[in-house]
Amino acid sequence: MPKRLISSFASGKIVSALLPLVAVTGALLVGALILLLLQKNPVEAYSAMFSGAFTNKNGLADTLVKATPLLLVGLGIAIAFRGGVINIGAEGQLIVGALFTTWLGLTIGERLPGWITIIIALLGGTLMGGFWGAIPGYLKAKLSVNEILSTVMMNQIAIQIGYYLLRGPMIDPAELAAGTNIPQSARLPRSLDLPRFTDIAKALGFTERAKDLGLTGFQAQLYGLFVEPTRLHVGLLIAIVMAVLVYIFLWRTTIGYRIRAVGINPAASRYAGINVDRYVVLSMGLSGALAGMAGAVEILGLHHRMFEPLAVSAGYGFSGIVAALFGKLHPLGAIPSSILFGGLLVGGDKMQRAVQIPQVMVTAVLGLVVLFVVSSEIWSRRRANRRVSTNNSNASETEVSV
Amino acid sequence: MTHAVEMHDIVVRFPGVLANDHVNFTLQKGEIHALLGENGAGKSTLMNVLAGLYKQTGGILRVHGKPVSFNSPKDAIAAGIGMVHQHFMLVPTQTVTENILLGLDDPKFFLNLSKYDQKILELQEQFGLRVPPTAKIWQLSVGEQQRVEILKTLYRGANILIMDEPTAVLAPQEIDDLMNTLRAMTEQGKSVIFISHKLHEVTQIADRVTVLRKGKVTAEGIDAAGLTPAKLAQLMVGREVVFSVKKSRREPGDVVLKVENVSAHNKKGVPALRGISLSVRSGEILGIAGVAGNGQSELAEVITGLRPCTGKITVNGVDIANRPPIIAINNGVAHIPEDRGKVGSAPNMSITENTIMKNYRHAPVGNGWSIDFLKARNFARKLKKKYDILAPNVRVPARKLSGGNLQKVILAREISAEPKMMVAVQPTRGLDVGAIESIQTLLLEQREAGAAILLISEELEELFTLSDRIAVIYEGEIMGVVSTEETDIQEIGLMMTGSRREPQPSANAQ
Repeated sequence: MPKRLISSFASGKIVSALLPLVAVTGALLVGALILLLLQKNPVEAYSAMFSGAFTNKNGLADTLVKATPLLLVGLGIAIAFRGGVINIGAEGQLIVGALFTTWLGLTIGERLPGWITIIIALLGGTLMGGFWGAIPGYLKAKLSVNEILSTVMMNQIAIQIGYYLLRGPMIDPAELAAGTNIPQSARLPRSLDLPRFTDIAKALGFTERAKDLGLTGFQAQLYGLFVEPTRLHVGLLIAIVMAVLVYIFLWRTTIGYRIRAVGINPAASRYAGINVDRYVVLSMGLSGALAGMAGAVEILGLHHRMFEPLAVSAGYGFSGIVAALFGKLHPLGAIPSSILFGGLLVGGDKMQRAVQIPQVMVTAVLGLVVLFVVSSEIWSRRRANRRVSTNNSNASETEVSV
Repeated sequence: MTHAVEMHDIVVRFPGVLANDHVNFTLQKGEIHALLGENGAGKSTLMNVLAGLYKQTGGILRVHGKPVSFNSPKDAIAAGIGMVHQHFMLVPTQTVTENILLGLDDPKFFLNLSKYDQKILELQEQFGLRVPPTAKIWQLSVGEQQRVEILKTLYRGANILIMDEPTAVLAPQEIDDLMNTLRAMTEQGKSVIFISHKLHEVTQIADRVTVLRKGKVTAEGIDAAGLTPAKLAQLMVGREVVFSVKKSRREPGDVVLKVENVSAHNKKGVPALRGISLSVRSGEILGIAGVAGNGQSELAEVITGLRPCTGKITVNGVDIANRPPIIAINNGVAHIPEDRGKVGSAPNMSITENTIMKNYRHAPVGNGWSIDFLKARNFARKLKKKYDILAPNVRVPARKLSGGNLQKVILAREISAEPKMMVAVQPTRGLDVGAIESIQTLLLEQREAGAAILLISEELEELFTLSDRIAVIYEGEIMGVVSTEETDIQEIGLMMTGSRREPQPSANAQ
């Protein structure tokens, strides 16, 4: 009997691991139908998308650049979900993180060594995002305010604060001088740029280009990705390290255990002596902190200045939710899933140009993925429930025979 | 003579499980037929086939002599079969009448409720199922809600009624009412299938009994007259069951728990405890008797820090009233909560994670910051072995355990903390005979070990078996505290309905 039980658990795991892939395939198939309706060739479109995102160094670099904020936001979303709260406010948390990082960078300027300022700015943005996330957490814990509504509201507040600051106190003096008044900050000092992969390679002594070494094909692209000038910066490494840290945090520490317990069963957690309110605030705060860190990394690694809040957040606050769900709310699962969604975003651009379809088509495919992922989740949960009832009768039957 | 229901050679197979293995079952017209078996024996599966919820893998089903094949509960209802589930399916904000009419084609468009109220009153009169038709469901007691469920099936013309563990949620008086109703129904030609694992009820009410064990019939339609609970238990479990767990004589020690003049409100903000005072001594079990909803849950919650209150609660002299639950835990208070699945455990967490819910803060499992999951797993394995918890391994989520095994996980966790004070609420509710025996034995072992135990139970038999003294709670007040040896069920029953016992020296001596 135990053997049979074990094997049925195991098979359940395999199915649930394959499910996301099935969901993506389903979404792409429905997307293909839409493309056919638009009288475009889906094979051509999808191959443009794939090759654009994954087969050459610039595409790969862009994919990983976009995967970085997706991963950080996704980690935060995973913590929130695990803690039983739903954070729709990553967009706003990312924006306040980016704003505060920019302000810190501009204020400190070059008075301190660059790397110290980078750390301060990075932590500052993270803390600001955490603060922004903890507010809805506190409102939920103390006043039972629905966090889905309050986080969405906090997004709007963050966006408008951003516009206010960038049109007023934080505006680039050059914009005022030129009279163009574009709402953006001054560029941060170059000493605050997060190192790019190419800079590191240069420092390590890799100076030859792929063609100098006689590399060809994908090998050359891969070499180029890490050595030749691309936009890829160490933010990616920061995000991956954070994924590992979040994993350890959730599954190896007391606080992580409490967060998960509160998420799974608040009543049992309270019964076990956990201060549930505190952990609701903490989950939201940590979730916001990771989104804030995404904002900080985007500023320091990619944009080097703050501009239009919605262009900086670029919907990562929402696509990060998809990436987290797709990674089964597991910090390590979020790594491949963010890369996949980064690739979809980049490849979508290429697809749009290759077959001349509207940009929104990419958004539609992403939306389809969300639908498929969510419905497959529900399907697998129902399936699990059915298994529970049969396994239950199993268990008690063994009980009788002993 | 035609049978109301004939189920012949029924096989139901779930992936990996044979839930019903060539089961035969016949229901005669006008009888009460008890279907008995442990949890997971296949009772509910069999009845879900009859109610059209599952389709059998093999076998024949006849209703009033005609072969039938149900594809949905609708087909079963059309054939006159109604099922009252253990968990009621009612809309709390709607009235009794509205709930009964829900989903029917008549009334079609205009709701002329008063006309239907009248119809339902007539139906109530016929079977002695009194419940005001215009009352909203949330205003009704559990017993009344059950009556609504029965009325629902009767209104739909059911003449074969399946009751799935109907007494599990009822108070003693409500059980009597239900029994009368069932008799009234059979007298008027209806037939009743009564699923239960409470043996004495079965011998009381049933005409015939069918017993299932591990999906197979071990006794088919035997006459209930002359059956003893012991015989039934043997058929259910497949071995002799030691019935009353024996407790030894033991002089209680010092007072551990002292509750003084404690009052509290319930979830709805209504006073639930009104000036309760009691005390429990080391090595003593104080039973709390009372009809459900008279403040028992709230009493357990104020002692364990889950509910605010006024008054004083001390454990070994430390005041723990109105402090967070962690204070009670740190002062050696263990809690076996009423709701195993929602409060006592986190169903989606593994057995390991459930067993460390209270000791993860300190060595050996944790150091305050991190948890050593190797040690945690070893700890869980040790408990699994010691308490005979049946599961393939300790990584299995708690939700996959049967009720008895889940309760063992909770008890194992609470007992491993070596509690000084234990609050056990309905520790054996819904468990089968074998599990009840082991849970009760564990509680008595704790008593031997010198723990003070507050046992809240609605099973009078259990209270009499385990308790040294019994306190009766009625509308949030203690009606009296009596020594188990000096009282009987009649006296307790009287107090449970609100007649106060004259204070006697022995009751106040503590």
